[in-house]
Amino acid sequence: MELDLKPAVDQSALFAFLVRLGDNALILGHRVSEWCGHSPALEEDIALSNTALDLIGQTQLWLGLAGEIEGQGRSADDLAYLRDGYEFRNILLVERPNGDFGKTLMRQFLFDAWHYLLMKALQNSSERRIAEIAEKAFKEVAYHLERSQDLVIRLGDGTDESHRRMQAALNDLWPYTGELFASDDVEQTLSAAGVIPHPQSLKSGWDEIVSTTLSEATLQKPDDGYMHKGGRRGVHTEHLGFILTEMQFLQRAYPGAVW
Amino acid sequence: MYAQMVKTDAARVRSLDEMDPVERAFQERVDAGQKIEPKEWMPEGYRKTLVRQISQHAHSEIVGQLPEGNWITRAPTLERKAILLAKVQDEAGHGLYLYCAAETLGVSRDEMYEQLHSGKAKYSSIFNYPTLTWADIGAIGWLVDGAAIMNQVPLQRCSYGPYSRAMIRICKEESFHQRQGYDALMRMVKGTPAQKAMVQDALNRWWWPSLMMFGPSDDASVHSAQSMAWRIKQNSNDELRQKFVDQTVPQAKYLGLTVPDPDLKWNEEKGGYDFGEPDWEEFFNVIAGNGPCNAERLNARKKAWDDGAWFRDGLTAHANKMADRRTASKIAAE
Ligand SMILES: [Fe+2]
Ligand SMILES: [Fe+2]
Ligand SMILES: [Fe+2]
Repeated sequence: MELDLKPAVDQSALFAFLVRLGDNALILGHRVSEWCGHSPALEEDIALSNTALDLIGQTQLWLGLAGEIEGQGRSADDLAYLRDGYEFRNILLVERPNGDFGKTLMRQFLFDAWHYLLMKALQNSSERRIAEIAEKAFKEVAYHLERSQDLVIRLGDGTDESHRRMQAALNDLWPYTGELFASDDVEQTLSAAGVIPHPQSLKSGWDEIVSTTLSEATLQKPDDGYMHKGGRRGVHTEHLGFILTEMQFLQRAYPGAVW
Repeated sequence: MYAQMVKTDAARVRSLDEMDPVERAFQERVDAGQKIEPKEWMPEGYRKTLVRQISQHAHSEIVGQLPEGNWITRAPTLERKAILLAKVQDEAGHGLYLYCAAETLGVSRDEMYEQLHSGKAKYSSIFNYPTLTWADIGAIGWLVDGAAIMNQVPLQRCSYGPYSRAMIRICKEESFHQRQGYDALMRMVKGTPAQKAMVQDALNRWWWPSLMMFGPSDDASVHSAQSMAWRIKQNSNDELRQKFVDQTVPQAKYLGLTVPDPDLKWNEEKGGYDFGEPDWEEFFNVIAGNGPCNAERLNARKKAWDDGAWFRDGLTAHANKMADRRTASKIAAE
């Protein structure tokens, strides 16, 4: 019998990372789903519910795996519905309010470009189950990026008004993009073990996608000024509390009920 | 149902002998169960009736996103949230097929939206009722999609090809929705007393509006007779309502619920249920714009359209720029 000398991956770091992934998908999926039936065109209603559906599906997988790793018997639903805001680990970008449709699309694009690179890299994770989920998610996310990128280009290079709105959205959201590449002990540990790519290693790829897209969209990339952060360690904006109030209403009002 | 009380412009249904040869040939094809396709000759009244009915149906699908979309962010589990998202996405897809089917009759989607927003075109009365609890989402799947199926299964045999084909696609998804709605309620009635009470409350509120979906009795209606002669409609409103009640009452019993109709009684002789008369005054009020959510629904659709104008204009402007650039580079290459 061969001894596996590889040190076991730090389970608490793994749990923390999976919760970050799951919470990003959950909160962005929630925001996107707020558009259902209210978007500017029927095709967009269909595309947005599809995106939200993909993200909720990914949430089930990431949080489901997180619960298993934790080993305390918490399901994906328990994690989604029975934690308070300070226990949520999504980045602030995804909890930003929808704003106009341009802002929603810009938020999606900035996130998708990062999500795409992360899912691509996670397919090579040394943890088989992470690689498997990433493989499924990558196909979905590649399509999200294709769509959001295309719309950012068309609206940036559309009318004066659509250009103005897209530029305003970009300027507003830019200070929330720094958190995409932040890292702490969790990422250090896991990237050293080959479970995940180091967040900083995704930065140049992201810069390239974003720069190419923005220049085609005739939009001005903002300077990197102050970057907001906090979500990854549970310090959120005031918006998250309201998202959770709405999302968790039934589970909180009818404790223990099965739906 | 999704298309209630569609007018036909007919004063009375004419016999074959009264028709000129072209119209007579058309009617004979319809009578023989053949499909009429977009490029073929058709009476103007037939075309107009179809536009009214299909667009009313399409509007119902997209307005129908609103009451159900109302609970997506509050769905109680991730799985229920995913199921509801998928359903609402399907309904938008149904709207899309139906607008496309109507467009084959020479009316554009923008024109149809215009008619919806101005209040000229109607949508099903059912979507003017509010979704107040999570059980309403299950009740809509079970009752509203259930009633829609009653009406749409015969429409799969409609004489107009594109409408009939759209219905075939749509019906498959509607039966899926109905099963999911029923399943959600089943789970709840097996749950806590509070959950079961929530389901009963939903049935109390949705029962009568669901029966109204079939429209008032149309046995004496010339529009209905003309639609039947054209094979746009196959059954009377009362026939469909009876079928729906007969199918649904046992399902309600299986859930352990009480149907809120004191007159409901099995009639051995007719092999169906006797049931009470819906409040048609309420129905006509809802149709006239006085339902609990008419203003919200219509305003939500208008707002989506108006707020999205810059988005649609931006895409059009971009497409034009691209076309100009292609032309310019072609000229430069010559
Ligand atoms: Fe539908
Ligand atoms: Fe329908
Ligand atoms: Fe449906």
